[in-house]
Amino acid sequence: MGEAVLRRKAWTRPGILPGFGLSLGYTLSYMGLMVALPLLALFVRAFGGGFAAFWRAATAPRVIDSYLLSFGGALIAAATNVVLGSLLAWVLVRYRFPGRRVVDALIDLPFALPTAVTGIALTALLGPGGLLGRPLESLGIKVAFTPLGIGIAMVFIGLPFVVRTVQPVLDDLNAEVEEVAASLGASRRQTFLLVILPTLLPAMLTGFALAFARAVGEYGSIIFIAGNLPHRTEIAPLLIVIKLEQYDYAAAAAIAAAMLIASFAVLLAINGAQRWVCRRSGRI
Amino acid sequence: MRRAVVAPTTEPALVQWGLTLAALGFVGIFLVLPLGTVFAEALAHGPAAYLRAVSDPDALAAMRLTLITAAIAVPLNLVFGVAASWAIAKFDFRGKSVLISLIDLPFSVSPVVSGLIFVLLFGLQGWFGPWLAAHDIKLIFAVPGIVLATVFVTFPFVARELIPLMQEQGSEEEEAALVLGASGRQIFLLVTLPNIRWGLLYGVLLCNARAMGEFGAVSVVSGHIRGLTNTMPLQVEILYNEYQFVAAFAVASLLAGLALVTLAAKTLLEHRFAATRAAAGKD
Repeated sequence: MGEAVLRRKAWTRPGILPGFGLSLGYTLSYMGLMVALPLLALFVRAFGGGFAAFWRAATAPRVIDSYLLSFGGALIAAATNVVLGSLLAWVLVRYRFPGRRVVDALIDLPFALPTAVTGIALTALLGPGGLLGRPLESLGIKVAFTPLGIGIAMVFIGLPFVVRTVQPVLDDLNAEVEEVAASLGASRRQTFLLVILPTLLPAMLTGFALAFARAVGEYGSIIFIAGNLPHRTEIAPLLIVIKLEQYDYAAAAAIAAAMLIASFAVLLAINGAQRWVCRRSGRI
Repeated sequence: MRRAVVAPTTEPALVQWGLTLAALGFVGIFLVLPLGTVFAEALAHGPAAYLRAVSDPDALAAMRLTLITAAIAVPLNLVFGVAASWAIAKFDFRGKSVLISLIDLPFSVSPVVSGLIFVLLFGLQGWFGPWLAAHDIKLIFAVPGIVLATVFVTFPFVARELIPLMQEQGSEEEEAALVLGASGRQIFLLVTLPNIRWGLLYGVLLCNARAMGEFGAVSVVSGHIRGLTNTMPLQVEILYNEYQFVAAFAVASLLAGLALVTLAAKTLLEHRFAATRAAAGKD
């Protein structure tokens, strides 16, 4: 019996509170049923017809073009979000102006607004004859039904991520560090570039990763403004829907699996970059 | 001379003003303008047309389905969130960090894929499709499929709020209650629940907003049967694609109103949250 207790200890240290078995058991079964089983079904369906069939479905020219659009657009949008989101976080943390609390609350609007509502609102605003679409068109800039429109929708839905990851770090930033830099003769620009920016970089990368992951799979806010022309403005999630509507489940699963694998690879790479940044600045 | 007044750890006033104006202009054009567009388009033909659109039987059916879906999905994920955070915060076991990252997994899955996986399980060509068809049970293109997809998409919200909160609070109070002879139920209801109530509400709020607003996942499993399997976001899409813009934006304006209420409640909760945390820190 003593041995049994010891062996159990190696796996868990349950402590004295009740409910360990019940809560963990429930958690694992619920996750197994709701998350693990469905995702397993996806990969079994994607690779069930053999690797050659998967590869054929996942790398058709129309599919490749949709990956390029979804992944390329998401990377550009996430990079744009890093710049805009950091600016917003900076202004919200450092400066005081009337209505700051309202602006702070509004930052989360893209999270709270259903994506279909975002989609039709952006299309009405930027489409031909829209409040912004008309003046832009007279300048020769066409937004709706072009990759530019897709990019704007992706920036919209990813905006809160960078603000909300950078904001707390800026809040916690020790003012003394900046004072030391200034008293050692650093200009404000030097202090920002050499002292503040490196501290914010890991948070910026986290925000970049989150915004990217959201934008690459985004559907509702994009399909209205995209125009959905094959090879030009057709995002990968839309292609999955099209395959499903044609009852081509295997192709839909193949594209979905390829997308999941690729986005995890990108997220792993960002994670690696983040670790590298942390180690370089000696904060691990 | 003015330059000397500027503290070395702030920017010159001109730069401050410039950055603030840029940020405000961006928020105005990028966030406020689309929101205003929704309400302006909804009222483009006057209040009578607006009222007609939101009291249309199909719109009312969509509202009912959206409420039913959220009323099932949110409590399910609430119970899961409490169970998961209890197991993770109060006990040590192997693979805990893997479990925590697995809980976040649905956030990095495309909404369309979140719908697709349930079609692959329960659709006619799916794993359980033939069995379900033989027993005359319809999950996909029916309400249960919509609920399942919504549960998957909103799965992490409550858990990810509660896990860090309960880890931070530790389990000393619960252990004291146990020593004093409280039962497991008493410990949870009288000690833990009061401690986590604001975090719990916060998670429920975000979970509900997403459950009511989800589009991509629900769109894949719904089949778009008017009056039967259309949630509000799907109704918006159908009306918009039929060029019934006033009606589409009228239904959308209700969802936008929900988003604004969510943001206001979230801001209020964050203040309560910060206040209770500060009070707990002082003890």
